Amino acid sequence: MVQIEELEQQVKALAEEGRERLEQAGSLEECEAVRVALLGRKGKITELFQLLPQLPPEARPEAGKLINTLKDQFQEALEQRLAALKAETIERRLQEEAVDVTLPGRPVALGRLHPSTQVLREIYRIFSGMGFQVFESPEIETDEHNFQLLNIPPDHPARDMWSTFYLVEPGLLLRTHTSPGQIHVMRKFAPEPIRAILPGKCYRYEQVTARSEMMFHQVEGLAIGRKITMADLKGVLTEFAHQMFGEGRRFRFRASYFPFTEPSLEMDMDCILCGGRGCRVCKHTGWVEILGAGMVHPQVLRNGGYDPQEFTGFAFGMGPERILMLKYNIDDIRLFFANDLRFLEQFSGGPR
Amino acid sequence: MRVPLSWLREYVDLPEDIEELAERLTLAGLEVAKIEYLGLAARAREGGHEEGGRATLDWEGIYIGEVLEVKPHPNADKLVIAVVDYGRGPRESVTGAPNIRVGDHGQKVAVAEPGARIIDAYGPEPKPVKVKAAAIRGVRSEVVLCSEKELGLSDDHSGVLILEQDLKVGTPLSELLQDVVLELDLTPNLARCFPIIGVAREVAALTGQRFKTPEVEWHPTGPGISGQVEVEIWDPDLCARYTAALVRGVKVGPSPFWMRRRLTLAGMRPINNIVDITNYVMLEWGQPLHAFDYRRLHSPDGPGKRIIVRRARPGERIVTLDGVERALTEEMLLIADPEGPIALAGVMGGLETEVTASTADVLIESASFSSTNNRRTAQALRLMSEAAARFGRGVPPELAPLALKRAAQLMRELAGGEIASGIVDVYPVKQKEVELELDPREVERLLGLAVPRDEIIALLERLEFACHPQGEAIRVKVPWHRLDVSCPADLVEEVARLIGYDKIPATLMAEPLPPQHRDRTLELEEQVREILVSCGLSEVITYSLTSPEAGAKLDPNSSPEDYLHIANPLSRERSVLRRLLLPGLLETVAENLKHRERVAIFELGRVYLPAGKGQRPREPRRLGIALAGPRERLSWHVKPRAMSFFDLKGIIEELLRGLGLEGRFERPSRPHPSFHPGRTAKLLIGGEEVGLLGELHPRVKEAFELELEWPVLAAELDLEAILALARATPVGRYRPLPQFPAVLRDLAIVVDEAIPAERVAQAIKAAGGELLRELVLFDLYQGPPIPKGKKSLAFRLRLQAEDRTLTDEEADRLRLQIEARLAEELGAELRK
Repeated sequence: MVQIEELEQQVKALAEEGRERLEQAGSLEECEAVRVALLGRKGKITELFQLLPQLPPEARPEAGKLINTLKDQFQEALEQRLAALKAETIERRLQEEAVDVTLPGRPVALGRLHPSTQVLREIYRIFSGMGFQVFESPEIETDEHNFQLLNIPPDHPARDMWSTFYLVEPGLLLRTHTSPGQIHVMRKFAPEPIRAILPGKCYRYEQVTARSEMMFHQVEGLAIGRKITMADLKGVLTEFAHQMFGEGRRFRFRASYFPFTEPSLEMDMDCILCGGRGCRVCKHTGWVEILGAGMVHPQVLRNGGYDPQEFTGFAFGMGPERILMLKYNIDDIRLFFANDLRFLEQFSGGPR
Repeated sequence: MRVPLSWLREYVDLPEDIEELAERLTLAGLEVAKIEYLGLAARAREGGHEEGGRATLDWEGIYIGEVLEVKPHPNADKLVIAVVDYGRGPRESVTGAPNIRVGDHGQKVAVAEPGARIIDAYGPEPKPVKVKAAAIRGVRSEVVLCSEKELGLSDDHSGVLILEQDLKVGTPLSELLQDVVLELDLTPNLARCFPIIGVAREVAALTGQRFKTPEVEWHPTGPGISGQVEVEIWDPDLCARYTAALVRGVKVGPSPFWMRRRLTLAGMRPINNIVDITNYVMLEWGQPLHAFDYRRLHSPDGPGKRIIVRRARPGERIVTLDGVERALTEEMLLIADPEGPIALAGVMGGLETEVTASTADVLIESASFSSTNNRRTAQALRLMSEAAARFGRGVPPELAPLALKRAAQLMRELAGGEIASGIVDVYPVKQKEVELELDPREVERLLGLAVPRDEIIALLERLEFACHPQGEAIRVKVPWHRLDVSCPADLVEEVARLIGYDKIPATLMAEPLPPQHRDRTLELEEQVREILVSCGLSEVITYSLTSPEAGAKLDPNSSPEDYLHIANPLSRERSVLRRLLLPGLLETVAENLKHRERVAIFELGRVYLPAGKGQRPREPRRLGIALAGPRERLSWHVKPRAMSFFDLKGIIEELLRGLGLEGRFERPSRPHPSFHPGRTAKLLIGGEEVGLLGELHPRVKEAFELELEWPVLAAELDLEAILALARATPVGRYRPLPQFPAVLRDLAIVVDEAIPAERVAQAIKAAGGELLRELVLFDLYQGPPIPKGKKSLAFRLRLQAEDRTLTDEEADRLRLQIEARLAEELGAELRK
């Protein structure tokens, strides 16, 4: 017959032994060995239950309780130890997996849009907000569209303003400006009112230097309606320029001359480089020209199919490359079509 | 145009602040490109206007002096000692100037004191130096008598500058010379502001000052001109008016200093008093004049000279003033005497009748020639004279007699001639008087600013427009000197200019938004750019102008006749319009490979193709792509790998997916000369061929100097056609997400290597039917243990039903069906 006191002794000893052995177990495998030694089929705690029948019957419920408590406590201790060991293992692995975060990242191959495309998109965005839509017209033009219908007859002195590439085919030339697009778009939509943006490549018979290119982009704007005024032209251009060049810049309008507008004007901005104090870029005037514009000449309206008594309109023209040169202080226009990727990739895109 | 303000002041009073005046002129359309301050260094704006070189002297310490006596130099024959007084008692100057001789006295000269800065006349370049008192050959020279060169006025160092007699001794030279010159950039419509008087009119109108109308004084005292000169205009369509005057007994010599000074400031070189006077009057009034040596005109039929204005005859020639013999065409207008041409009308005079030192009698021509004809002649002969620059932009016929009399009078005063009484004036085509009606509401309609009628009248009258109210409107008579005003809009511009463009408000359009028309092609074009940029390509824009040789590098069979040619090319390299994007792209690749390893670019632009006779050339949109170098940028992550055909194809597949299109890639039936014969494909969409892609032929690589071992991939696609197909593709329906799980099966087969992968895929799809939702080729292998001439292909099949969960048995059954089909159709064996 086993006495309860004896059992109590053994439970106490086993509790101590379990605690100690778990503490010493340094890995999941060792923990498992401890579990088998105590709770396995032949484990020491399991074997305690076999003592129960040898106890006096009245002591058995209490003895059972004692052993169960021992078992529960051991199991709890085991789980805690396992959790701690798992956490340690993860911690160790994470430490082993550390990388040198200063190593360069994996290159992502994204391309870049040409800066001229980027600024063209910016122009479209600004003007589409004012109801202008983009239209295209041919680059190979007739003398009639490029000049005559724009109020520039043959031998007119104003022809000196555009040095022209002619094609061998008589009557054809490379457009010197996007203005012939005015005639195309008017003839397409007359007598509907128009708000159009006409972008594209233009060509001038000029030696290529840092300051002049034989090919460049231009954007023409045209608004025709029954109530379009020069005040509207000033408002639209001022809105455009503020969005393109940023608030805080100063602008001015001065009288100028284009055969296809009357009155005509040019718009200047205070020189970005010197802030208007005068420098080489602004030729010491403090101002740089950003675009030309005017009220559509009555004869051009007629040529486009509009009655100048009923309709008025304005037109403007600007050079995306010139805008880029002013914004980024680029001093050589040839960079745009030399396509050196070291230049092109500097323009990361997006409005700014 | 250069406008010396001292000259301008003769016709209008100027405000104190020149900068402000310049701004006012600029805003009104007379763009002041530069303000030059002469002898006013202190007033020049910082960083300013002294780049001209000559303007760097301030003439401080230089005075007007009088020569008291000239003594011989005791130790040198070529030198003299001049005693001068410039207000500080007599001073001695040793000089070798040929125009200061022993015995001379009384000349007014410019005397530089020690310390004054003058230009070093003997240095390699004209730099300022300080005057020092020094002994010259044993005689002390206290001051310097200056030449024009030493004063920075011209390059003339042939003698001491002799000034006008009436100048006061002791006056600082800067008082005489100091000036401000405005340099104007004039648009073609502002020909009226070429002359000083035209600028004065504008200044008067803009500042509210009175324009001092020039009175032309004229004192003819000689015998009448009739009988001495006759003029006939045979071609009045080209010469609306011809006036002439005769000045006899002139003495040709240098002009007085003030005139030379003004000509120089205005940018012209003084020649002699007669020629200078014609130039002076032209600069002042805008009327080009010509002076003939009267005696050298031929007069076969009597003592009187006969001037004939006519078109040139076939084969006629003339030697112009510049000594060049010029062949004339029948379109060119001549001034002739009965024996032949004496001048190219309005362009340049003839050498034979030129005014020379011995000329005594001068015939002055002041005429009006057709601007169109004048421009054509000047352009045809490449002869851009000052006269042609003016006639080409229009000179009003009413001006002719005014300038004529002014010139004759100046010749009388400055060259001592006698003016024959009367002028010759043949005026077959009278200048049209232009009268316009201007409604004040028109001003408001165009400007968006209401201007009261009386204010409009006041403004226009400042510009010498004669205005008469007529009901609500105004009748406006355009002054004769305003050839640029022909319609009411022109008057509105005048009103706006005088009010100032800054006074016009800035509004946003009140007009309702017009109908909006989308341009899908342009939108899709932008989408193409987006897709390609996200595929890692950078956009380039190359010249539309190229050479046939660049095209021949790609295709040796191409011919120069295929191209549209420029009639006036700048260079051979840019002499035709491109038919392909690739030459420009490959040149760009080659340039960039000089400084980087990897280039991946595209261009989206037009090519230019001749069309049939009488039709405009076509300008279809193309897309070009070029890839060269390693697939990835150099990094520590991967070993460098070459790009291949499939990198290019992958980009194009992605592009088509982005546009909602399906394309097919086929080996071309005949090899294309630009590409590797085994690594080229044509792209077909819906049976339409829309471009070529492939690895460049080694010959092409070499021709474009693409010196790298790795392949260069290139594609040229007909974007016009692709975008048209994309536009025509209806918006796809949404496909519901699968409700039931998929089963994956891998299938590895061995087939003859000649069988295209796409045929195998098609066979699998045909056998797989609706349940086969996705097919991916994930392995391609050749080599042991696969027999020679065979290849192994491994596919992953995603099988899925829309209405049930597919069982393993069903999936296996389907795979067996597919295997059977492959075996039957392509002789495929299962890979074990």
